[in-house]
Amino acid sequence: MSVAVETRSSRATGRPGRRNALRSSGDWARRAPLLPALVFTIIVTQLPFIATLVISFMDWNAYYPNERRFAGFANFRRVITDVNMRSAVVTTIILTASVVIVSLVLGLLIALLLDRKFFGRGAVRTMMIAPFLVVPVAAALVWKHALYNPEYGLLNGVITKIWSVFGSSNPPQRDWITSNPLISIEAALIWQWTPFMMLILLAGLQSRPLDVIEAAKIDGASSMQIFWHMTMPHLRQYLELGGLLGSIYVVQNFDAVFTITSGGLGTANLPYAIYQTFYNAHDYGRASAAGVVVVIGTILIATLALRTVSTLFREETAR
Amino acid sequence: MSITDVGPVPATRTASGEPRRVRRPRGGILLGVVAWLVGILFVLPVLWMLLTSFHSEQKAATNPPSLFAPLTLQGYREFFGSSSGVSPWPALANSLTASVLSTILVLLLAIPAAYALSIRPVKKWTDVMFFFLSTKMMPVVAGLLPIYLFAQKIHALDNIWFLLLLYTSMNLPIAVWMMRSFLAEVPVEMLEAASVDGAGLIRTLRQIVAPVVAPGIAATSLICFIFSWNELLFARVLTATFAETAPVFLTGFVTSQGLFLAKVCAAAVAVSLPVLVAGFAAQDKLVQGLSLGAVK
Repeated sequence: MSVAVETRSSRATGRPGRRNALRSSGDWARRAPLLPALVFTIIVTQLPFIATLVISFMDWNAYYPNERRFAGFANFRRVITDVNMRSAVVTTIILTASVVIVSLVLGLLIALLLDRKFFGRGAVRTMMIAPFLVVPVAAALVWKHALYNPEYGLLNGVITKIWSVFGSSNPPQRDWITSNPLISIEAALIWQWTPFMMLILLAGLQSRPLDVIEAAKIDGASSMQIFWHMTMPHLRQYLELGGLLGSIYVVQNFDAVFTITSGGLGTANLPYAIYQTFYNAHDYGRASAAGVVVVIGTILIATLALRTVSTLFREETAR
Repeated sequence: MSITDVGPVPATRTASGEPRRVRRPRGGILLGVVAWLVGILFVLPVLWMLLTSFHSEQKAATNPPSLFAPLTLQGYREFFGSSSGVSPWPALANSLTASVLSTILVLLLAIPAAYALSIRPVKKWTDVMFFFLSTKMMPVVAGLLPIYLFAQKIHALDNIWFLLLLYTSMNLPIAVWMMRSFLAEVPVEMLEAASVDGAGLIRTLRQIVAPVVAPGIAATSLICFIFSWNELLFARVLTATFAETAPVFLTGFVTSQGLFLAKVCAAAVAVSLPVLVAGFAAQDKLVQGLSLGAVK
């Protein structure tokens, strides 16, 4: 694979033959430390996917183990025409986009607040990080039972309290999850991801070249001008990094959907739908076909995303 | 401008950053108050979880909420199985085993790999980097079924060692990216000097590379530990009674009968505690880690 490159380099040095053999042994010495990690990753992440691809063309339900056979594109046809799967695709897109975008915007606003000096800045920053450090399942449980619960949750509790201050004994009591299932999940996730975005954007803000900004200020630039023409361009790559990493994790979210609604009320996203097809319905063929569809979708989005990161890290390596 | 020049995050701005704050003190105070309110809003669910965990079940389930109810350890006693007899310790021990050992394994694999991607880079090292990152973008569910069937075949279902290997593969790409960005900081001149002096690979690694990258190893370990500790999907599908991890234990904690809010909050606090402590103690490492080492 690297032969072409090697011949070129040996020709450049003008000493073919021996030099070439030396070099290629050096190449293997270079590759050796990389191989364990690479081989391990290929075995654990790529082989299962190939197996998924094979199973996706099979008619295989664990309840009928003797009827396993080749099914052609039948599973894919069922996945694409299945209403539940289609709604899972839509749910995944809405969930991921809304959580990532809202947390990015909130994270940016909070990062701008925290970039200023004020009393207790360190304490506020620590408070802001806390949501991200609660184990996701634990956070989902707390939101579901301690905040959203219609009878004793904090949200309705606070409403009761406020209403009673104004002398009303009949406060509105909402069943938050039932009335807005997807938004309930989104709110919990936004609460967890905003600190993450804030941390990355704050780091971006604090790496601004301050002397240039001072110079602009002396030249009479307004705060708004400085923000749009200097801060935002500088923050762009940090916004992209936060958006990319956030998407990778939110698109795969299982914990919150599983805990808060168990995928009910139209909140099943793709990870949850596939989990159910295989874990409850034991329809291995269809679950695999759905997995393949997800991967194809992910590859399309990831190609775009990877291009973004590669520009980000090219600057670093060009250093 | 280079992304690696970003200073440590909590550092307050020095010298040149100060003067402009003086200009509008009143607006500054107002924005400070807003920042405090936002911070309190975000930490509120955590505080509420903490407070509820110390309330009795009856007081935890009142409407309006009882803020000043007497504190009790009943919820924690329930979490540790005082009435159900189900101890959380096996699950916590499983989580600890899987998280710590997979983190060590990740480091053992990632550090040499990162070395081969930065200090003595192989050809096309950027392609290798993007291969690692792309595995992270592949949804876990896509490979879940074959992994489950394979585990079933080799009788590795409900086995913490099998889960540990999966966590290793889950965190390895992140660790390779992070460690590469830290190893790229190692001064190459020093390495050359060492090789001129006849120092071997091991000595070079130990005496020159290690001191520079030790903070990077700390950040990587923290992130890998947190991700493994938090993981639910694999653990839920692949474990049952013996290898159950803490997050799986948590999901089984909600009962359909009676009040359970205080003990669920106690359980949530207890399971989150290692992550909260580690994360607060190493806030800067957290930022470095979450950004794959892009922010230093």
